[in-house]
Amino acid sequence: MPDLRKTTTPSLEKAAVADLDATDSEITSADLDLVEPLTGATPTEPAKGRRRRTPFGWYLAWFWIAAIVISAIFAPLLPLWDPAVPDYNNVFGGITPQHWLGGDTLGRDNLSRIIYGARASLLVGLCAVLLGAVAGGILGMVAGYFRGRTERVLALVTDVVLAFPGLVLIIAIVAILGASLTNLIVGLAILSVPTFIRLARATTLVVTQREFVQAARAYGCRPMRIILREIAPNVVMPVAAYGFIMVGVFIVVEGSLSFLGLGIPPPTPSWGGMIAGGRTQLIEYPHISLIPAAVMFLTVLAINYVGERSRKLFEVRESNL
Amino acid sequence: MRPTTPTAEKAPTTTDTTTGRHARREGFEDGALLTVDDVHVRFHTRNGVVHAVEGVSMALSEGEVLAVVGESGSGKTVFTRRVMGLISGSRDTDVEGTVTFDGIRLSELDAKGLSKVWGKEIALVLQDPMTSLNPVKRIGTQITETLRLHQNLTKQDANARAVELLRSVGLSEPERRVRQYPHELSGGMRQRVTIAIALSCSPRLLLADEPTTALDVTVQAQILDLLGDLQSRLGMAMLLVTHDLRVVRSRSDRIAVMYAGRIVETAATKDLFDAPRMPYTEALMNAVPPITGPNHVRLAVIPGRPPDLLAPPKGCRFSPRCPYAQDRCLTEEPPLRDAAELPGGATGDHSFRCWYPVGTAENVEARRVNVERGETAAGTPVTGEMVPA
Amino acid sequence: MSSTEITRETSAVMDEPREQPATDDVVLRLEDLVVEFPAGAGQIVHAVSGINLEVRRGETLGLVGESGCGKSTTGRAIMQLPRPTSGSVHFDGRDLASLSAEEVRKLRPKLQMIFQDPISSLNPRRRIPDIVGDPLVVWGRGSEKAKVVPEVLRAVGLDPDQVADRRPHQFSGGQCQRVSIARALVLEPEVLICDEPVSALDVSVQAQILNLLEDMKARYGLTLVFIAHDLGVVRNISDRVAVMYLGRICELGPTEALFDAPVHPYSRLLVSSIPSMEGAQRGEVGTGEMPSPVSPPSGCRFRTRCPLATERCASEVPEMREVAPDRFTACHHPILDTPVEASLPVAGAAPAGAGDPSTNGSAPAPADS
Repeated sequence: MPDLRKTTTPSLEKAAVADLDATDSEITSADLDLVEPLTGATPTEPAKGRRRRTPFGWYLAWFWIAAIVISAIFAPLLPLWDPAVPDYNNVFGGITPQHWLGGDTLGRDNLSRIIYGARASLLVGLCAVLLGAVAGGILGMVAGYFRGRTERVLALVTDVVLAFPGLVLIIAIVAILGASLTNLIVGLAILSVPTFIRLARATTLVVTQREFVQAARAYGCRPMRIILREIAPNVVMPVAAYGFIMVGVFIVVEGSLSFLGLGIPPPTPSWGGMIAGGRTQLIEYPHISLIPAAVMFLTVLAINYVGERSRKLFEVRESNL
Repeated sequence: MRPTTPTAEKAPTTTDTTTGRHARREGFEDGALLTVDDVHVRFHTRNGVVHAVEGVSMALSEGEVLAVVGESGSGKTVFTRRVMGLISGSRDTDVEGTVTFDGIRLSELDAKGLSKVWGKEIALVLQDPMTSLNPVKRIGTQITETLRLHQNLTKQDANARAVELLRSVGLSEPERRVRQYPHELSGGMRQRVTIAIALSCSPRLLLADEPTTALDVTVQAQILDLLGDLQSRLGMAMLLVTHDLRVVRSRSDRIAVMYAGRIVETAATKDLFDAPRMPYTEALMNAVPPITGPNHVRLAVIPGRPPDLLAPPKGCRFSPRCPYAQDRCLTEEPPLRDAAELPGGATGDHSFRCWYPVGTAENVEARRVNVERGETAAGTPVTGEMVPA
Repeated sequence: MSSTEITRETSAVMDEPREQPATDDVVLRLEDLVVEFPAGAGQIVHAVSGINLEVRRGETLGLVGESGCGKSTTGRAIMQLPRPTSGSVHFDGRDLASLSAEEVRKLRPKLQMIFQDPISSLNPRRRIPDIVGDPLVVWGRGSEKAKVVPEVLRAVGLDPDQVADRRPHQFSGGQCQRVSIARALVLEPEVLICDEPVSALDVSVQAQILNLLEDMKARYGLTLVFIAHDLGVVRNISDRVAVMYLGRICELGPTEALFDAPVHPYSRLLVSSIPSMEGAQRGEVGTGEMPSPVSPPSGCRFRTRCPLATERCASEVPEMREVAPDRFTACHHPILDTPVEASLPVAGAAPAGAGDPSTNGSAPAPADS
């Protein structure tokens, strides 16, 4: 869990800085319409060019994400083994025509468990991020728009939550409320709220400086309307881009927690639980752990790749606005 | 603050080294210090190709001040950056043409080769002094770094020189300034510091890209006067890039007006102001609110907007906004024509891109046709007020 | 002299018929307006330090000065964005500073503002008709949007059909500024505060917007407060001009008179610094720069750069006084009846034609020490 903070804070700062840079260059540049090609010409940003083709990896990543998501959604309709029912002919089973990815320590079908496990993993990732982003986004915008006491109180809360070890918080929640999917989601959402507050607040500070917000105040817009109509549409994109990457982070976190036995309780299949289940037989039957680990690895890789790339595209487009 | 007029005896080393270097380079005959020949810059963007600079040629003699004037989208900034070597060919950028400084092909040098010329022989003053100074280094350090990079100076000598340079650009209390950080100075003082850095190695060419745009009007006049004074005192050549025709009127020898990536008119400053030939130049002069005469004057308007370089107009680039535009202007792009060809044409080096140059019978006729028709060949409405007769 | 005295004297002068539609009816009156910001480390930025100013109905009042002189802060303080530190802003006879936030909000439709950066003035994520129509929606007149918005767009020279589905980034700076103006006009305000409306635009586009503002002023019967640093622009559009320096007004007068023969040494410096299409600078170029508004000089704030400064300027804050009909200055040593082209009187010599009407008994000569 501590590594969660480490990975999030720099990207948050980076996002805020990038926003500041964008506004700066817009204001100071005399040749507004020429700014973009100039920045595009620097070697650090080879994002666009005539020979710029969308890389194959982009499609591959989307294909992988789509395959996982679609099969997770339609899992009950797919001709799969029941993920909870053991097949004693398939204990430690290898790859066979019946069981494409073999069986686990109890002989349950690996493919089926991976697909059903994706439901849990994705559900945790998406819901926790969604909750965190909505709550953090609103609080962050309020803090950034009103400043003053509101901002100081929220900053204090943020600092306290960020200073609290994440793993301890999750253990506490699980210990008090019991291990369940909902509790895990709530716990992770609470952990993610502070970073979303910071991101939304930083973006709001920049957006509020822009004159259309001043103009809205000048024609008598009430604060809530300004936040919802003027500021929110400009905060949604950076928050969403960051949230996308957070989904990947939370899938890994869920895996780690389930591995430690703090995640989704068995028999509900989850990727972390599957990896944990195979760890006793790692030497003789490595595929039981390695296949779900590989699936998780590829999924997170694809999400990060797509997230990072769309963030860049979005930044370039933003600098045009 | 104390009066800040620079004093002449403050830069003795400068003059010596400059004159010493003048005769050094051989194999360079035509007298021009900087020659720019048929420079093109194209950017490949997501939305298409931006032809930012298209076939620009110019020559700058030793000690001459050439002003490049243009609005946003005229390509003047890209052009200057190309001359400086800040833009070079890359995956997204095509460059063509040559930039020659004193017999050295700048356009063929790599970064390492350029660094020997930059700062030493060619110096740079940019629009925003805050971004060209390093915010975490003291003013003195920033000057001595440049000095010691190009000249073999001891630390003490470099420090003394830095103080002397700051005094020569009119900064009060230079001994105190060298220990200060950029944020402790005002905008005008910072711009004086960047000028001091630019002059530290007695360059022979100074490129000033909108040096006063970020400054207030009273400071702007001071800085421009300082630049002009130093230029004539040190015998530097200067390329002064600006969007404001007014500021170069008394401070340049020649002017090149850029529009949509091309030079549309170039002439000696006096000729350009006395008899502009290109309708764009004429319109630019009329669009500035006059500072004498009555107020509430209806300003002469250039209709439309600066051209989109992704899809520049066919024919003459100015034709959609030009009050004289005829059918020919829409189809055929005028070459750079020599004003000497015109009846009663100006003497000297005056060229322009127009089929119906201002001050000729063709122009009067074109205007008459357009006024009668109520619009130009490009469909822009023409009213009596658009250009004063 | 208090501002009410100025009013009375001013009205007396204004009795003569003028071509401008300006009347003696004061629509906006600033009294002792002070705006201060914390600058960290316990320091305070004295952005505006006690301004008295009146804007007459139907006139265009230019507010000029260099960056940091407090002209934009004054404009925003009039809008109560943010509220001034002290002093009052009387609009249509009501003191905005003493009203509650909701009462101020109710008056906002009458008092509108356009901003410097045309692109930043428009929300990049909304469509043009929504941007222009939003003030109507805020004021519960959303049903009129379909009728009013195209009308206003047409008035500012945009084709309503062409802009219907567009977002701001598809427009040039000049067009965006037209949209901003349309948004400000849609509520039919009485006073329009223009904060550097053309300084971000190209010269060739500036003229379009300036002409448009003049047209809109006539069409909607506006009173304009025109804030700018470009003196040429201010000179052309304004009936009267107030010159600001370091948070104070140093000179106020009819445009032409002020530009032809500025009375205050700073206005003189400013006017002579204007680059001109006709040739070189009109007068002498001064030296130095504006001190920091964190620690402004004592007495007259311009004294550190003023060629005529005396000891009195350091000890005594000059009050605003009328030195010629309708011309006011805050200077101990005003330069009277001297065109800007003439060289400044040398310190020690009396200014040419010095008819100093100073009544407080000090020496009329500018520099007697």
